[in-house]
Amino acid sequence: MTTAILKQPGTTAAKTPAARKPNRSFVHGILTNKKALTGMAVMLVFIALALLAPLLFPGDPSRITAMASMEPSAEHWLGTTAKGQDVLALTVHGSRSSLFVGLTVGFASTFIGILVGLASAYFGKFIDEALSLVTNVFLLLPGLPLLVILAAFLPPGLGTVILVLVITGWAGSARVLRSQALSIRSKDFVAAAVVSGERAGRIMFREILPNMASIVMGTLLACVIYGIGAQAGLEFLGLGDASTVSWGNNLFWAGNEGALLTGSWWVFVPSGVCIALVAFALALINYAVDEVTNPRLRKIKTPKDTDRSASK
Amino acid sequence: MRFILRRLGFYLIAFWASITLNFLLPRFMPGDPVSRMFARTQDRMQPEQIEALRKLLGVDDRPLWEQYIGYMTNIFTGQMGVSISRFPTPVTEVIASQIGWTLLLGGTALVIAAVVGNLLGVLAAWRRGGAIDSALPPLLVFIGSFPYFWLAMGALYLFGVVLNWFPIRHAFTAGLEPGFTWEYIGDVGAHLVLPALTIVLVSIGGWMLGMRNTMIATNSEDYITMAEAKGLRPGRIMLRYAARNAMLPSVTSFGMGLGFVVGGALLTEVVFAYPGVGYQLLNAVQGLDYPLMQGLFLTITAAVLLANFLVDILYVRLDPRVRSN
Repeated sequence: MTTAILKQPGTTAAKTPAARKPNRSFVHGILTNKKALTGMAVMLVFIALALLAPLLFPGDPSRITAMASMEPSAEHWLGTTAKGQDVLALTVHGSRSSLFVGLTVGFASTFIGILVGLASAYFGKFIDEALSLVTNVFLLLPGLPLLVILAAFLPPGLGTVILVLVITGWAGSARVLRSQALSIRSKDFVAAAVVSGERAGRIMFREILPNMASIVMGTLLACVIYGIGAQAGLEFLGLGDASTVSWGNNLFWAGNEGALLTGSWWVFVPSGVCIALVAFALALINYAVDEVTNPRLRKIKTPKDTDRSASK
Repeated sequence: MRFILRRLGFYLIAFWASITLNFLLPRFMPGDPVSRMFARTQDRMQPEQIEALRKLLGVDDRPLWEQYIGYMTNIFTGQMGVSISRFPTPVTEVIASQIGWTLLLGGTALVIAAVVGNLLGVLAAWRRGGAIDSALPPLLVFIGSFPYFWLAMGALYLFGVVLNWFPIRHAFTAGLEPGFTWEYIGDVGAHLVLPALTIVLVSIGGWMLGMRNTMIATNSEDYITMAEAKGLRPGRIMLRYAARNAMLPSVTSFGMGLGFVVGGALLTEVVFAYPGVGYQLLNAVQGLDYPLMQGLFLTITAAVLLANFLVDILYVRLDPRVRSN
């Protein structure tokens, strides 16, 4: 969006009157970008599945039946687990918890990241030093061990999982957003807003924030990916909320029931593929945002590149 | 030098933060995991060991600051209590016996992934739109989207169970005498293939894309045009001029990547029952072994911080701009 423009000094004057224009071209860029369209299509399918799960597979998917470890068949498209649960039903129902936790963690971590990043960039000095220190410490502490130790001490439950993932996930977004906010903070229009006596909150959220929308979006997508993956990892270690059906828990049970050693590949493949598809779809959208906003990464060949490939 | 001291101070603060977190967690958590643990193990423990554990985990009547000082002293003198699940081995001994395996696994995977990934990134950026540039990034991003442990499960199933090419559990065959014999080293190597492969597969994409994007920026620098104008061989320009200058962000991510690999290795170790600190951490969690959990967390953190510090020192060597101020 505007970020690429804003990086060049001297073009800031264009900001106020033409503020909406690059926005429209951003939407246009995203909607004509193949990566973005693929990613959004995949995401829509999964969101639809998650919403329709109770209609598609009514009843409790984790109910134990006598039809244990059956291969995929017409009746059970993806076979059954060692406890006789239908794998397809488990997978479809699992998308609810996984997407919910992923989105919640994504939005919460991005929100904290925005607050910390903007406060750092706007106030500067001591506040920036302090917030940056905390951010960097959290970035450096190894994430998964920290997750494990937090989850082990907190009472088990979905709330704990979300809380723990936000605690370990916000720092990355805070750092990215801070550096972007810093470069916008030094622009003339922000200085003008300060001089004209606008309140701090208004400058941060009305002047600075709208100009970093694409970075915020990229951060949000990355945080959702992190949330989904980390939730699965946590649950795979048996530290999640064992009572819910989610992709991570499905994999935990697959491992626990020895699906690998007995050759029941259909038990562990679907949930993993779903996590990967969602993460990949989000990553595609993320790259598309990057491509649309960063002209250097666009596919158009610059004359320089053509020259070089011609010289070889 | 000032840069190094600043970084050292920062790492000390980070380490202090993780110790304090370790100290506060059992003391301020709702619910009482500690008494749950005691209920399970009391019959096997001596009274003085229970007393020591109570102090370690904060079931203690002393004022908080006194506990805190005591806790710090214990950590820095290496007293992390005794392990519950492998009672009565001290925590430090349990960790010492297993950290080597994690270093072997994580180190091998990190080095392979970083070297191969960066080389691929250099090639992709050099021939933009070429075969490597158009085919590999999407593929590697897709592979990287899979959870670590799921790829590990897949590799275990495919190469271990179905094809039976590689051993699927532990770090060496049970009953084999550890030592510097070819048989033993080969056996360890064979056990390393699958866990290392999964970590490499997942992390290589990040290296490649990072390097590619920096290289694209470097390629448009004037000194590259200058080098071309001088008529230098393309291979020389690519490696000595472009890649060399694009390396710096990769060096920084190497330190960061280490934390990531430790986490990834943790899950991979669990899948392959590889006897490193990650596998032990899971055992500790399942056995409600809080002292061991805390000890492992501190050890892993210390290792990551130390590695980052070493990377910083290397960075000063590589980037003269840091040295000048």
